[in-house]
Amino acid sequence: MIFFGLFKRRETQPGTAPVARERLQVLLAHERASPRQPNLLGALKEEIIEAIARHVSVKPEAVKVKIERRAAVSILRIAVDIPA
Amino acid sequence: MAKVLVVTSGKGGVGKTTSTAALGAALALQGQKVVVVDFDVGLRNLDLVMGAERRVVYDLINVAQGNAKLNQALIRDKRVENLALLAASQTRNKDALSEKGLARVIKELRAQFDWVICDSPAGIERGAMLAMRHADAAVIVANPEVSSVRDSDRIIGLLDSKTEKAERGERVEKHLLITRYDQARAGRGEMLKTDDVIDILSVPLLGIIPESEQVLRASNLGQPVTLANPLSAPARAYGDAARRLLGETITINVPNERFNLLGRIFGGRAA
Repeated sequence: MIFFGLFKRRETQPGTAPVARERLQVLLAHERASPRQPNLLGALKEEIIEAIARHVSVKPEAVKVKIERRAAVSILRIAVDIPA
Repeated sequence: MAKVLVVTSGKGGVGKTTSTAALGAALALQGQKVVVVDFDVGLRNLDLVMGAERRVVYDLINVAQGNAKLNQALIRDKRVENLALLAASQTRNKDALSEKGLARVIKELRAQFDWVICDSPAGIERGAMLAMRHADAAVIVANPEVSSVRDSDRIIGLLDSKTEKAERGERVEKHLLITRYDQARAGRGEMLKTDDVIDILSVPLLGIIPESEQVLRASNLGQPVTLANPLSAPARAYGDAARRLLGETITINVPNERFNLLGRIFGGRAA
């Protein structure tokens, strides 16, 4: 009985390899598109300050850079206090 | 012209050290001068898999720091001519290996050997980055399993950006080695097929190493599987992979031990 039971279970369990393949394809497409840069924010901030400083004199602390990560897109928010 | 080859994977336990030893021995049997170098500082194991754990006196860090000469640290294999091992340090901190010291050791190894095979530690930390740093070519070891494939993809990205070659605008030659492959399970749709892994990673296939009890047997004995049982399925698969590294064109199949008939009945197929 147990013997037949084993065979039966194998037959009713569908192969899971296609699921693995699809999950990997979706995940890697996402990971390749947005490579994790540990210091993306720092690098962006530095270069933004540099670009602004070429035209207006601003203090580094007057530049605020923030990234909001959402499922489909990420939003980059930059706020600069320019002296009047 | 010497070639520096890194054996890497990201994920641990997929068979980097086994593959380093097996490919190293197979290349040496082909008449190549080969050194296998363990980069897993603090957790060395290549010496054990090669059966040389009692012969380690000096290691990679001693040489990189100038405290030992390269020839004092190289352990010549007793079974195969032309094969040598450079062990990792078991006691030192992994930061003890300096980039400059390593560059000098690699240069000296290039002058003495045809192949410098670097066994990378798992992960993407300093040790793994140093192991791939000077590579001309890479063998990416992956199991047909989701976490291994994902980590391989990450490592491929690093090979394309963080190596000396990549920084010069050149390409590290990449080869995919699929290990622990079970043809019968892949045939039943229970395991990713080699074609799936190749499609996902877009790296040309170097070989398929079947899951085999011979691999554990060889490491128990301290012998590369290509020496322990040269006629076994994994040994033949590694042997073919080594010849492909030398530029030979050999059709890739999954060497089988016992499952030929079953494989046919259940429709298992190679690559």
